[in-house]
Parts: sequence; structure tokens; C-alpha cells
Amino acid sequence: MFLTPWLLGFLVLTLYPMLYSLGLSLTDYDFTQPDSTHWIGFANYQKMFGSAFGQSEFTASTGETVRVDPYYMKSLSVTFTYVFVSVPLKLIVALGVAVLMNQKLRGVSFYRAVYYIPTLLGGSVAIAVLWRKLFEKDGLVNGILGTIGFSDLPGWITNPQYSLWTLILLTVWQFGSSMIIFLAGLKQIPQEYYEAASVDGASKVRQFFAITIPLLSPVILFNLVMQMIYAFQAFTQAYIIGGGRGGVLNSTLFYTLHLYIQGWTYHEMGYASAMAWVLLLIIGGITAVIFLSSKWWVSYGTGE
Amino acid sequence: MKTSTILRHSLTHLFIIALGVLMIYPIVWMIISSFKPNNMIFSDTGLIPKAVTIDNYVSGWKGYAGTTFGKFFANSLFICSVAIVGNVISCAMAAYAFARLKFAGKRFWFVVMMATLMLPGHVTLVPRYILFNTFGWVGTYLPILVPKFLATDAFFVFLLVQFIRGLPKEIEEAAIIDGCGKVGVFLRIIVPLAAPALVTTALFTFLWTWDDFFNHLLYLTRPDTFTVSRALRTFVGDAGAVSNWGGALAMSTLSIIPAFILFFSLQRYFVQGITTTGLKG
Repeated sequence: MFLTPWLLGFLVLTLYPMLYSLGLSLTDYDFTQPDSTHWIGFANYQKMFGSAFGQSEFTASTGETVRVDPYYMKSLSVTFTYVFVSVPLKLIVALGVAVLMNQKLRGVSFYRAVYYIPTLLGGSVAIAVLWRKLFEKDGLVNGILGTIGFSDLPGWITNPQYSLWTLILLTVWQFGSSMIIFLAGLKQIPQEYYEAASVDGASKVRQFFAITIPLLSPVILFNLVMQMIYAFQAFTQAYIIGGGRGGVLNSTLFYTLHLYIQGWTYHEMGYASAMAWVLLLIIGGITAVIFLSSKWWVSYGTGE
Repeated sequence: MKTSTILRHSLTHLFIIALGVLMIYPIVWMIISSFKPNNMIFSDTGLIPKAVTIDNYVSGWKGYAGTTFGKFFANSLFICSVAIVGNVISCAMAAYAFARLKFAGKRFWFVVMMATLMLPGHVTLVPRYILFNTFGWVGTYLPILVPKFLATDAFFVFLLVQFIRGLPKEIEEAAIIDGCGKVGVFLRIIVPLAAPALVTTALFTFLWTWDDFFNHLLYLTRPDTFTVSRALRTFVGDAGAVSNWGGALAMSTLSIIPAFILFFSLQRYFVQGITTTGLKG
């Protein structure tokens, strides 16, 4: 009885839609004309990856000529760059700050609050709007760089060479949650380990790599997986900063943004479903690799 | 203390402060710029405004398509309140079942629930949209609110399960001996004892619903139903052009106030909630 709401939610809003979307991904469903839906087999998947094999169009099982999606591979590479750069950077910064904060310093809880503020406001449209303003050609960042002597500065948002990096910077800036989790992990490490290591003459750097990192590895694993899953699904910042599209030359065409545009701007909902399933497989695959590899680098401290 | 230690400590402090300033400079700049005349937002990088005006708030408040920001704020508050009620009730019920009750396939369902934590929402997106569309719910708040009553935020179920498992069992056993049923145990013992975790759930439900943009973009179609986050988007045009930066910054500033108030009054719960589950961000 207590489980009813969750079970109902799971069946109606998760399991059924999942299977339904798997089915849709094999059709050309368009919700404005649901009656003209055809079973097209794997054409949606071919449409996605065709460009990787040098195709520009192909004949679907319905006899129609289908153009491959010229932007799909772009959205994939934008998303991979974003995830694989922003997540490690964010975790490194979070860990570094957590180590700093773990010292006995006055006012640590105040600093912690200050560092958490960007994360607190992280997903909001307000911050995305602000970020756009900061990195425009005549924005704050260029204003400050200008006063310290730089000239010929680009518009960071509008230059496709840099626009993705402004989004990565935004993500790294929001390291607060990871920092707090690292901090909680650091507090669990017994001080005696460090004292013993000091007596043995180990330097601070060596202590960090020989004690802190191994003992913290379960927390690192946890943060890595959560942040990775979260980063693959980033949407709001890219949507707002790119003005509802993928930015200049699709330089910030995130996977989810592309999915939204295909599904809701072009009504290609069968195709959007296929994209969603590929995203699920990518996230599942990478999570599995991280977990499998974790037995080489995560120690649970049982063998001591 | 040795001089070298003092030096090291001051250097650490200095570094932490410098980094802190860097962290919040953009936000402080936004708040201050929202009081600057429109033409000075671009040229003035400093924090002390050369002229102060509330014009931006007046022009921003006018909103969009005849709907003011007053209405957008009321809409957001309404959605958040209902979402909190839904999430707290449904997630607490599911968590109690997983943490304390015995039923067939419990382990299996628990693994399923944990798996949904990692499931990207996009996989269920299109069918959910079609489903809600056939119900005639698109354009209303129902697609956003109904899932909250069905415990779809697995994060909170997980958080509450962890918390309830940590509660001492003896009190419940005593209550059962005294003739208290499962419902009685849940309402009289679990709910009051799990209050800190329930507050965390309420807090994060508020923040995420307030900041949510994607669902509001999908399901809210008429300007008079827009939430604050959906309405802020109207300042940034389709090509990314912004016509009224002053208004955009002023309304953005107002939109972050609830988060600030909550955070500073309930900081303790935030830290607890993040450390136990690693809530996203």
C-alpha cells in the first residue's frame, strides 16, 4: 500500500514510456500527424550515424529517400568534449578546495557557503542569462581584460572557437556539491595516518597521493558517476546561452538540445526517441566502464 | 606558533578569500548592475555604480504579453508548493515501504528504484509528452505536478530510505505492541523522526522546481501560466539577442532571492542533504 504511488509512477511514467519510446524510435512518428506513422526499422539510427560513414542520404524500408542528420555527429562531439573536460576539471577543483577547507581555519563554514552559492543557483535561467552577459563582446570579462591591457578581444559567446569553453567554465564554477561531498569524505580519514606518515618523513604531497587519494577513492567514484550522468543531460545553459539553438556554427549544440529541437521544433518525435535511446546506451556504457575499472583504483580499505 | 606556520595560515586565508571573491563576483556584479542605468551596464565593470536607478525593475516587472512578473512569481510559488506536498508525501511513503516493510520482491523493486536514479529523463520524454497530450494536459501544470505525487524523484526516495534505516527500531516495535498499525507507525513515529530528511526533500524540491526550465518549456504554452524561469527566457531572443539587459538582470536578481533566503536560513539541512546523497549540481 505504501509503495503504490511509487509503483504507479514507475509503471506509468517510466517503464511504459521507456518501452513505448523504444517502439517509437523505429517509426517516423510526428505528433501533429499521428495517423501517417510508418514502421521504418532502423532508419532513425541510420539517419544519426550515416554521416560518420560518409553517407548523405539513403533509402528507407518505406521506399522514401532519407537525408542523414548532418548535425548529429556534431552534437555528439560537442557533448563528449563538454563532459570529458568539465567533469574531471570540476572534480579536481572541488577536491583541491575541499582539502584547503579541511584545515583548521577560522570561518571555514562561511567560506563553504560562499563557494556553494554558484552551485545553489546553478541550473537557473538567471545564471545562464548572466553568463551570456559576462562573456559577450562588450561584457564584463572583456571589460576587465581590457583594463589590464588586453586588446582585440573576441566575443566569447559568439566565437565558435570559444563558446563551448564558456559553458565548461560555467559548469566548473559550480563545484559546490562535489566539494561538500569530498569534505565529508576527508573528515572520515583518521588523523593518525597523517601523523604516522609525517614521522616516517613523508612530504605533504606524498601524503596526499599515498593516503588521501586512496582513502577518498570511493567518494571520487561516486562524484565521478553522478557528475558524468548529470553533465550528459545538461540543457538549460546551452539553450539560453545559444538563444534556443546550438549557438554560432552549432558550437554549443548539446545532445539534449539537438534532441529537443528535432522533437519539438521539427516534430520528428520518432527520431528524438531514437536519440534518447542512444543517450541511454552511452550513459549506461560509460557508467559500466567506470564501475568495472573501479576495482583497479577504488579501495574500500578492507585489506589493511 | 612558529612564524612559518602563521605565514602559511595567512597565505591559505588569502588564497581562500581571493578564490571566494572570484566565485561570487559575477553574482554580485549582476545584483549591482541591475541598479545601473541601461547604458552603463555595458561600460562599467566596477562594483560601485556611478548612478543608481530602479528603472530596470520597473521595465522588467512589466513582463511579457501583458503578464507581469508578479503573476510569474505567483505561478512559480504555486507550482513549488504543490510539488513539495506531492514529493514529501509520495517519497516518504515509498521510502517507508523500502526501509521497513516486508513484501514480495522487495530487493528487486529496490534495485529497480535505484536504477531509475541513473536513467536519463530524455528516454521517457516523448512518450510522456504524448501521454499528457492525449489527456489534454499540455498547457496546464498537471504534467509538472502529477509526477511529483507518484514519487518519480528517486533521489528523495533514496535519501529517505537511508535516513529511515538509521532510525532505532525499538520505538516502532513498542508502538506495534501497544496496538499501533502500520499506518499509525508511519504517521506517528516515522514521519516525526524523519523530519530533518523531509525538510531536505522539501528544500530541494522547491529549488529544483523553481529553477526547472526544461519541463516548463515543454508544457507551459500560454504566457499567463509561465513561471519565473520560463518568463526569464523571453528576455533572450531566438537569435540570442537581448533587447533589455537592464530588465533581464533586474528580474534575474529577483528570481534568485528565494534560493538565497532558503539557503542562509536552512544551511544545516543543505549540507546534510548533499553529503548523504550527493544531490546533483
